[in-house]
Amino acid sequence: MSSVSSQVITAEATPEPQANRFERRAWRHWGERLIEAVLFLAAFSAVAVTVAIVAILVTESLAFFEHVPLSEFLTDTQWTIMFADKHYGVLPLLAGTLTTTGVALSLAVPVGTVSAIYLSEFAGHRTREIVKPTLELLAGIPTVVFGYFALLMVTPALQYFMPDLPGFNMLGAGLVMGVMIIPYVSSVAEDAMRAVPMHMREGSYAMGATRLQTAIKVVMPAATSGIVAAYILGISRAIGETMVVAVAAGQQPNFTFDPRESGATITAFIVQVALGDLPHGSLEYQSIFAVGLVLVLMTLFFNVVGHLVRKRFREAY
Amino acid sequence: MAYDAQTVRRLVARGKHWDKVFVIIGLLSLMVGVLTLAVLLAGLIHDGAGRLNLDFFSNFPSRRAERAGILSALVGSSLVMLVTALAAIPLGIAAGVYLEEYARKNWLTEIIEINVTNLAGVPSIIYGLLALGLFVYAFDFGQSILSAGLTLALLILPVIIVATREAIRAIPGTIREGAYALGATRWQTVRDHVVPYSTGGILTGVIIGLARAIGETAPVITIGALTFIAFLPEAPVGGEFPFISFEWLSSPFTVMPIQMFNWLSRPQAAFQENAAAAGMVLVVLTLLMNALAIWLRLRYRKRIKW
Repeated sequence: MSSVSSQVITAEATPEPQANRFERRAWRHWGERLIEAVLFLAAFSAVAVTVAIVAILVTESLAFFEHVPLSEFLTDTQWTIMFADKHYGVLPLLAGTLTTTGVALSLAVPVGTVSAIYLSEFAGHRTREIVKPTLELLAGIPTVVFGYFALLMVTPALQYFMPDLPGFNMLGAGLVMGVMIIPYVSSVAEDAMRAVPMHMREGSYAMGATRLQTAIKVVMPAATSGIVAAYILGISRAIGETMVVAVAAGQQPNFTFDPRESGATITAFIVQVALGDLPHGSLEYQSIFAVGLVLVLMTLFFNVVGHLVRKRFREAY
Repeated sequence: MAYDAQTVRRLVARGKHWDKVFVIIGLLSLMVGVLTLAVLLAGLIHDGAGRLNLDFFSNFPSRRAERAGILSALVGSSLVMLVTALAAIPLGIAAGVYLEEYARKNWLTEIIEINVTNLAGVPSIIYGLLALGLFVYAFDFGQSILSAGLTLALLILPVIIVATREAIRAIPGTIREGAYALGATRWQTVRDHVVPYSTGGILTGVIIGLARAIGETAPVITIGALTFIAFLPEAPVGGEFPFISFEWLSSPFTVMPIQMFNWLSRPQAAFQENAAAAGMVLVVLTLLMNALAIWLRLRYRKRIKW
């Protein structure tokens, strides 16, 4: 075997002239560099997209705030940009966003956390292999379909218990949004809990603790930073969710924190304006960028808070 | 405090009792998601199955609910997905390869990585605003298939980048060392070994990304997709010279989720049946794509043992 291969090598290596070989290597080198540069540009596009998002939101918002004073934007309790009597107060949209997010989280956080504890500490391999893909499928369903679910299935069901509930309400939309973000919360929280080293659980069992006691008093505290990350992910999803609220929560900006009323979120307002024929450069056009900037800042705020909390609770083993 | 064995046993037994209670609560929590999925599918089928026939796929939207169909939305979605795939797949794989195989550990790489992570968390409607300002007006692509495809490409870029990186990271260093030992350059190693061996993982990411893109509504509405399109864009491949046309790129369009949203926002029950039927088509499409991705992942995880 080895004699054959050495023969092949000597046969191939002999005749080629030196200069030619150097030339080819030089060319190759140049090609390598070109490819690296192209790949770098592809990776750098992520930075370019971020910069473009910030640049566009800020420039259009600045144009908006030339017409609308910031103080009115932040304190007026009416948002009636589509009407003759125009008010530019972002508070109703903020209230709508926070209310639907709050409803969604009040469902997704407990259910997601319990699911995560169960999957990580109680479930057998088989259950996990079945449930996790199913939850992933749930996360993959288009949000507009969840809008249908909220408007035509959940809201009528809620009206059965609460006859006064209007057809468009933030409660139904928020609950469906909660179901939608359960998979995100549970899968990130579960990953965090599974990363807790086994010897900590064994120590706890050795002291006579049961599974549940171990899960709550040992595993969860050790995984706090990851669990917080899961909640933050859920909050970001809920704040930015669009179609469920646009379909099912109504599109009237309403300064209320009562989930039984209808309301508009920031995202629903953007959809509402975009559906109409918006002339480029008009105040309505600029307004969606201004509220979009608010949305990005909110997401950023929660992510920074999450980062700080995670840092505070980070445990290293 | 001293416990005798009896007391300890009783304490543990009581604790175990709570274990059982929790198992029930845990199963119920898991059921919330699974049951919702089941009820949602059953509801869609109940409401929409009656409308789901061949005409529904071959008709244009119409003012009369019973004659309306999803032809233009299906064609629109397919063409938008084509643009998205053509833009996002090469860009995402290239970025992933760069970050795993080429990038040195420095501040620039760190900035890129932070940006990829952050972009994955940006609400999808913000991509719509970006596209409205950039593609529609600054680049003057208009409210076209091209704009929509590029928007969704940016949206799923982080998904593909992350999938590529994970797939590449699973390849042991010995493979690269073997290639280098034979005199391969870095690019040859990447082209002939790293990328081919990570195809499974990359493909999974691509499918998940495209499944997400096909169901995205908000960013496409934001760039101003029309909701009532009763014509088809020019075919990309024609019978006459030069056989390939790019007219369709600048054509106005609608996509499946927007068609569904449009029907959903009408008060008449007949249109809401259409919405349910469109929802069924959409759900089946995305479920199939996601199931394919999950299956691929399991298959590759089982088969490859280095």
